[in-house]
Amino acid sequence: MNVSTLLDSLTVFVLAILLGFEVISKVPATLHTPLMSGTNSIHGIVLVGAIGLAATANNPLAGGLAFVAMAFAGANVVGGYWVTDRMLQMFKRRPTHAPDRAAK
Amino acid sequence: MNATNIGYLVQLAFIAGAALFVMGLHLMNSPAGARTGNRLSATGMIIAVVAELIQVTQAGVGLVNWAIIIGGLVVGGGLGLRMARTIAMTSMPQLVSLFNAVGGGAAALLALNDFIALNGQRVLAGGSPGLDGWRTLFILADVLIGSVTFTGSLVASAKLMGMIRGQPILIPLGRVISWIVVVSALSVSIVLILSGAGVVTYDPEILYVLLVAALVCALVFGLLMVLPIGGADMPVVISLLNAFTGTAVSMAGFVVGNVMLIVAGALVGASGAILTRLMATAMNRSIGNIIVGGFGAAEGTQTALSGADGTIREVSVDDAAIQLAYASKVIIVPGYGLAVAQAQHGVRELADLLEARGIEVSYAIHPVAGRMPGHMNVLLAEANVPYPQLREMDDINPEFERTDVALIVGANDVTNPAARTDHSSPIYGMPILDVDHARSVIVLKRSMGRGYAGIDNPLYLNPKTGMFFADAKKGLAELITAVKAL
Repeated sequence: MNVSTLLDSLTVFVLAILLGFEVISKVPATLHTPLMSGTNSIHGIVLVGAIGLAATANNPLAGGLAFVAMAFAGANVVGGYWVTDRMLQMFKRRPTHAPDRAAK
Repeated sequence: MNATNIGYLVQLAFIAGAALFVMGLHLMNSPAGARTGNRLSATGMIIAVVAELIQVTQAGVGLVNWAIIIGGLVVGGGLGLRMARTIAMTSMPQLVSLFNAVGGGAAALLALNDFIALNGQRVLAGGSPGLDGWRTLFILADVLIGSVTFTGSLVASAKLMGMIRGQPILIPLGRVISWIVVVSALSVSIVLILSGAGVVTYDPEILYVLLVAALVCALVFGLLMVLPIGGADMPVVISLLNAFTGTAVSMAGFVVGNVMLIVAGALVGASGAILTRLMATAMNRSIGNIIVGGFGAAEGTQTALSGADGTIREVSVDDAAIQLAYASKVIIVPGYGLAVAQAQHGVRELADLLEARGIEVSYAIHPVAGRMPGHMNVLLAEANVPYPQLREMDDINPEFERTDVALIVGANDVTNPAARTDHSSPIYGMPILDVDHARSVIVLKRSMGRGYAGIDNPLYLNPKTGMFFADAKKGLAELITAVKAL
């Protein structure tokens, strides 16, 4: 690993952490569960790494590891986004069938 | 278009994907935009995955490799989708924990494979062109953090599912074994890194064995770390494991040289770190204290309820209904007991009835009112409670003084005034909901049983508190009938 690549990567890493702190500290407590499951799906990006691995696997061991990594990451991505969406559609400003609060 | 240009386009697609992740998270700062935010983030994911598929197709992918890619995606994606569609909202913490496990596991596998491949080349080529000290460092960071997350999250998930006991499980000599595996994992790692840097030289076979040893130590440590932690500490544990997963994915990005993994992992790591700190503050415990384990266990002596001067006043369902129905402002304080009794819909029905009578109703949500950060909000949103009524602790605490009735359902420690006043209380200093500032308090509770911290709650002896002993679901149904009859 050459030093300049390493330094570039470190720069990105540090800035991304700071950006993460900045963006996420503004998320209200009401949304902390969807936030967590949403960031959960984001770490499913490891799927991209798994695809790279699966594409170059040239022996049974690597193939097996790649398959498990693909399945893990695939479950992470698909399940994570789906369940986050399912949760978020429940958050409503007004109840769907209840007395109209705005009228008060 | 030649391969180099496609390579550039793929890099641009990764940048776009990372930007969509950040924008998606940014939109999560309000419930109104959050759903769009999640979809933006999903779009970023699709772009990144398609870009990677184009990238690998360029280089040529064998039939078997396509089978691995498609097969793995279909199996994993299918299982993930199935769980996501059927999981009950009360079970969200275990699902999130499971996703932490697979995410951390996948990241560890990437590094493991990378090491095996490069170490294999070492045999062929003599020396190791790729596997230098830095790369080994990131590989080990990924393998160790990923493995701890994997087993730790599986245990957390199993505890939440009730597959293993939720109470702290104390393993004989657990602390000693933990230290042994940590020290072993770290010393093995140092040897591997030094050998990568060329300071020491070993046969590749020995290096394989050392890596597997580090892996096993990390897996064991994950188990030992989470087993002794009790169910109510889960919000902290899940957040911490979430931060770990993010870090592991970032490390995987360093290993495979993909900036998008680094960015995405760092975002998740930051989010997990913020939530961990919030949860620990809300429980007034240091993260170290939780990891070291066992709440009540360490606290030993219990100050008896200094309440010879107070008696418990029981309130009948009709009296409780009258108090509620003739109030002008009611705050409902839900706790995990409400979720356990599946009484979210009951509480909302009662709130609707009260609102129909012109009463102002809101919900005071303590940060650790569920089994993961924000859990109670999701449960109430599912029961159709509009989110403007879900109020955070700091926001609603000043309103208790103007409140006629605070109705507590299934919450205990988070309402305990001893946290404010009693220096000897184990929960002294924990931020609580100031329910005792309300003009009257109704506690809906199954029995006089103690809360998670195992301490008495002086609130129950307060003259303005009425205890309504019932199961949360049944009690609410009775209250609803009684209010309707008025």
